[in-house]
Parts: sequence; C-alpha cells; structure tokens
Amino acid sequence: MSKVMGERPKALLDVPLHYCPGCTHGIVHRLVAEVIDELGIEGKTVGVASVGCSVFTYNYFGCDMVQAPHGRAPAVATGVKRARPEDVVFTYQGDGDLAAIGMGETVHAAARGENIVAIFINNAIYGMTGGQMAPTTLPGQVTQTTPYGRDTSVAGTPIRVCELLSSVKGVALAQRVTVDSVKNVKAAKKAIKKAFEYQMAGKGYCIVEVVSTCPTNWGMSPAESLQWLRDNMLPYYPLGVYKDVGEEEAKE
Amino acid sequence: MAEKVLMKGNEAIAEAAIAAGCRHFFGYPITPQTEVAAYMSKRMPKIGGVYLQAESEVASINMVLGAGAAGVRVMTSTSSPGISLMSEGISYIAGSDVPCLIVNVERGGPGLGGIQPSQSDYFQATKATGHGDFHMLVFAPSTVQETVDLISDAFDLGDKYRMPTMILSDGLLGQMMEPVILPEHKEPTDDKDWAAKGHQGKRAHNVVNSLYIDPKELEDLNFKRFEKYKHIMETEQRAEEYLVNDADIIIVAFGASSRISHSAVDMARKQGIKAGLIRPITLWPFPEKFIKKHVGHAKAFLSVEMNMGQMVEDVKLTVKDEKPVHFFGRTGGMVPTPKEVLEQIIKINGGEC
Amino acid sequence: MTDMNILLAGFGGQGILFTGKVIAYSGLMEGKEVSWLPSYGPEMRGGTANCSVCLSDAAIGSPLVTNPDVLVAMNLPSLDKFENDVVPGGLIIVDSSIIKKKVERTDVKTIYIPASEIAENAGIKGAANMVILGKLFKETNFCTPDNLDKGLQKTIPAKKMDLLDKNRLCIKLGTEN
Repeated sequence: MSKVMGERPKALLDVPLHYCPGCTHGIVHRLVAEVIDELGIEGKTVGVASVGCSVFTYNYFGCDMVQAPHGRAPAVATGVKRARPEDVVFTYQGDGDLAAIGMGETVHAAARGENIVAIFINNAIYGMTGGQMAPTTLPGQVTQTTPYGRDTSVAGTPIRVCELLSSVKGVALAQRVTVDSVKNVKAAKKAIKKAFEYQMAGKGYCIVEVVSTCPTNWGMSPAESLQWLRDNMLPYYPLGVYKDVGEEEAKE
Repeated sequence: MAEKVLMKGNEAIAEAAIAAGCRHFFGYPITPQTEVAAYMSKRMPKIGGVYLQAESEVASINMVLGAGAAGVRVMTSTSSPGISLMSEGISYIAGSDVPCLIVNVERGGPGLGGIQPSQSDYFQATKATGHGDFHMLVFAPSTVQETVDLISDAFDLGDKYRMPTMILSDGLLGQMMEPVILPEHKEPTDDKDWAAKGHQGKRAHNVVNSLYIDPKELEDLNFKRFEKYKHIMETEQRAEEYLVNDADIIIVAFGASSRISHSAVDMARKQGIKAGLIRPITLWPFPEKFIKKHVGHAKAFLSVEMNMGQMVEDVKLTVKDEKPVHFFGRTGGMVPTPKEVLEQIIKINGGEC
Repeated sequence: MTDMNILLAGFGGQGILFTGKVIAYSGLMEGKEVSWLPSYGPEMRGGTANCSVCLSDAAIGSPLVTNPDVLVAMNLPSLDKFENDVVPGGLIIVDSSIIKKKVERTDVKTIYIPASEIAENAGIKGAANMVILGKLFKETNFCTPDNLDKGLQKTIPAKKMDLLDKNRLCIKLGTEN
C-alpha cells in the first residue's frame, strides 16, 4: 500500500537527515514542514533547535533558525517572539531537553502563555548521548543508566508532560499524538497545524507531544519499536487532547 | 545642552540603554541591581518596548540570546551570582556571534556572598565568563555619567563586532546618585542581515548557531573570531591617565576603587610623593598600552581592587619583571578608604606610615 | 564652604534618603560636584537607614562617607554607631525629641534640636527631617537659600508637589529654632 505521498515540502531543505533508520523524527519534521508550507509562513517562521537528537534541525528546516542551549529553547523562543511578535516561532525539543533540564523554562513559558509552539518528541530515552534514562523513561525500562530497569523508588516516576501542562492557564493546546500509523500521522499533522494556527491567532502556548521511537537505543528493529511503542508507551502516555482552548471556547 | 539631573547609577543604566535604542530587557531580581529592572518595567511599556521578568537568570540570558538572534538591541542586568547562572548562555551568545549588553552590578562573593560592593568578578568578566574560547568587551565605568556614556558605546561596539558586551559596575556605582547629562535618544534600528527574524522568502535561511561538529570547522571559526579579538585588542583599549607622566608610583585601579585611588593620589601628591593613576576603562581588552608607556619611568605599580587580587595579574603580565607590582585590596563588600591606599603608597615609596 | 561630607542616619521612614537628596540637589544647583549614596540591603527593611552625601569643588573620590564632617542623627542607634566617626571639629545635629542622650565627644560641635516636636507643633507630622535640614543649612551654608529651594523642588516628586510649602515651612522653622 506504500506509495509516494507527495513532493518534499518546501520548508524541509533538500539535505540528508542524520537520524537513524526507523526513527520517527523524520516523519515529524515532514509534518512540521508541511504545515509551514500549507500556512504559507516559512518566510516569517523562526524555529528554535534544542539539544539532543534534534540538535541539527537548523540544517533541515528552510525557515530561519536559532540553536538553543540544552533545555533553554522555550526561553530562546520567548526572546525571539518578544522581539518579533509578527513572526511564528516554534521549538523542537526532545524529552530530556523539555522535561528534564528545561522543565523550568517549559512550565514558565507555558505559564506566561508565551505565544509559541513546542513540538515535543517523547521517545522515553536520551538518544544523542547513547541511550540514558529520560524523565519519560517507563518504570522498569532498561537504559544505559537504568541497567536493571527504571526503579521508581530510586529514579522516580516518568513525567506525563501534557497532563502536567494541562493545568497551566497559559496553555492553549496540549495534545499527545503519535506517528505509528497513517491514521495517527494524519491526526498528528492536524494537531501540529492547529498549534501553529493557535499561535497565529495569539491564543498562547501550544505543545504537541509526539510519542516516538528510538530503535537504535531501544535495541529493536523499526517495526518492533512501533509495536513496543503501542504496547508500552501508549498505555502510560495515552493519546488525546489534554487542553484545547478552542474547544473550550466553542463549548461556551 | 541637556540639563544635569541627579540619578542613581542603576536607573541611569536603564535610561541610557533606552536612549541607545534598546527596547528589550529580560532579567531577574537580585540586589544590588534591581533598580535597573524596576526602571525598565516602568518605562518599557510606555515606549512600546519589552520588559520581561524571567523565571531565573538562566532563562533571562537565553531570552537575550533569542531576542539578540532575532536582531534587536537587547540587554539584561544582574549581580554576581546571576552572572554565574548566565555563564552558559553567555558562552552560547559569544559562540553564536550575537550582540547584547550584559550588566553586572557586582556584589561580594563567593557563593551567596554579600550584597555590598565588590570587584571580585574581574576574572569572570575578562577571562572565563563561560566555557570555551571567547571574550566579551568589558567596560568599567567609574561615575554615573561614564556609565551612561559607555552604555551607548557598548551597544554600538557589540553590534559592530557581533559580540556580547558587559558593563562591569558594582553596588557602589549602582546605588549612588550623581549628576548626569542624559544622551539624546536614538531610534532603534533593524538592519542586521544575519539575524533569524524570518527570511520573507527573500533569501536563504539564516541560522544562528554555536554548534560545529567538525573540529576543523570549529577551529577555523575560533581562529576567525580571535582575529577579530586581536583587532579589538589593538584598537579598542581605553584608559584614563591621571598625573602619570612624572609619577614614581602608579596605581592601576578601575571602577569604584579608582575613585578612591584618585583621592589617594591627591593626598600623596600633597605630601610630595609623585603618585599617579591609570584607570582602565576597558577591562577586556586590557589597556596594556597605557601601562607599557609608563613602565620605563615608574618605580613601582600598585593595583588597587575590591577583591583578593585579580586585575593585578594582568598588570604583572604587562609590566613583566621590569618593575615591582604591588597589590592592595579589600573584599567581601568592604570599600577601601583613600587613607588606606595612601598608606600603601607611602610604604611602597619607602616611607613609614 | 569647601568640601563637605555629610552622613545622615535614622530609622527607615524618617526621610533620611530624601533629605540627603535635597542636599545633593541643592549642591548641584550651587554648581558643586555631588554624590549621594544610601545604605542598602536588609537594614532598609524597617531598620536603620543612612545616607552619605558629598559636596565638593573637585571630583568626588569615594562617595562613601566614613568620617563625616556633619552627622545628622535622628535616632539613638545612629548616634551610638557614628558619633566616634565624626572628624574633630565636625558637627553633630541631634533630633533631641527622639534622642535623650547627650553627645560624649567634646571635640565636635553639637546641636540639639527637637525637630520632631517642632514639626508636629507646626502640624506637619513626619517632617522632622526638613526641620533638621533647615538647621543644617543655617549652620553650614552649604548653598544659597535660593539653591536650597531649587534643590527641594527638584527632589519632591511631581505627584507630591502639594507638600512643597509644608516642607518649606519646616525648613524655615529649622533655621529659626
């Protein structure tokens, strides 16, 4: 059933990505670029790359890019957005960046209702540094730094970011998606598009959490990874809309 | 001519920055610099500017990085412990060639230290503000008026060289009021073609970045940056000389301690001791030219600082072993008195005190 | 007058910093080099407040007054703390409505003025600082009367300009008592 879905989005540059085979980063990049194309905003979009596997996103997106220190993408994006309110600003962050070292910046950007979009890749592991425990590593999950499985009595419990941020007033959209199937890819794109549209409408901080795979550091084939994601990650990180001011407004 | 007004150092910093066309301020409260932020929070909303209180110094310096990368004039201010928190971001800013102004109204350290004036961040400001090979332009004003004048220069030179600049003030200069003539207001400009501000479909994308995985590429970039630093060292050194041409004993002191040393030089002269003062205005680049000129005739140098001896190392590197270099300092927030400095001069001169 | 280093000290809320600022501004109007430096930190939260003011014909070195020519003491802790720092031959002005103790030094000139009482009797509670300023002005002539008034006008915030005349009155009472 595989067929060419279409041309490379314009907002994605024609350069080889460095991601491992089977990694879902590529799909998410494409979705973000498609949304930028469809909204016709590449010329006024500024992306903020973080630290982790997505550190090189500045080489891939055709819009202007700023590379942020580890965890600080929300603060850097805040600076860009406050300097250029007419621009569309997004961050692209992994789980270590957003939910560990950058949790403070994330929560406060959200609390300020900072008009930015965070694309949040949650694959329950540190990819770039070679597979260490992330704040989203599941209980019992084996990583390089939880060799006996994550012991929650020692290492604490994984953070559910969308649930946590859903209680923050400045958040306009908090939605968890995944890209393991065509149906889910479509839903993910819809969420990303909504997030960008919300920003353009000035609604506030939007986060789209993409439950993702890391075949290399999980030690699985791409297909096994997707199955492991469905069997293990989705039960702990249920897909869904955790906050949507648009829906709330519609209800009122 | 504009009217002289009495203004607190910290408030003058803020007003001077606004006058220099800065419309973006990100910061976090800390004594003794908080008046800068308070002033900005009052003024910025009225002139269409941005004042934002960040959740930490870590966040504020990264907001500065973002706004600077987007091409606007931007600043933050803090005091010593805040600079430690900002050091990561400052390194990224330097590595990304982003201009911005960082104000440090120093207090005593280390650790939480104290809140009284100090100059113990000299090393931090001039040698190792963060990790990696980089420098900032560091200005050390000694009066409120000079603070005002240097802020405009700091912004302009930061833009010219695409690098972070620092005003190294201290609790004394920040808290005191002095008469000041405020400069004419400049309109903000928006002409940085390298900035990440949206390419409008008119050019290839700009990337503001400090990551270079290829060591050769990173080395080349560092070489290039240090060529720029070399040029700055040759052309941007600034210092003020006071009674040095016939001086036997030359004090080297900056900022608050230079004021005290100035008084001490006057007292020494009244006693017939030929004392003089070289006051570095740029700390990086260190004004070695100004010192070298006088190594021949001076009998000794005395570095007076509000720390345990930091700038004295640069004085020694400049004077080499040609003449003795002495040090006198108070620390922890203690401010030396002119009398104490005079005693040192007398001692170096071979007299009793 | 040549150089004058003044230290004003009292409780927070007595207008110590304000008084210092009036002196500094008056000095500025007089064409002097001036500086004003407040104490800052935890002590400003309800404790003692003090303020250094320097007036000079030449550039001011240290703005921190450690050995004042003039000490204004508006509470006992301030007098205790700074009495011995005053230069020999200097001046100490004491608000005698608040400080009952006498100055022990004999090598300085001391003026006792019931400033708080005078202000209160004039119906302007909390303006003891201006009474003291009047006294200080009369004793030292650190500027012309005209420049003192200009300094006062520069210092009072625009919103509180209605208090100008009350302040003027208290300064006058200080010069007369």
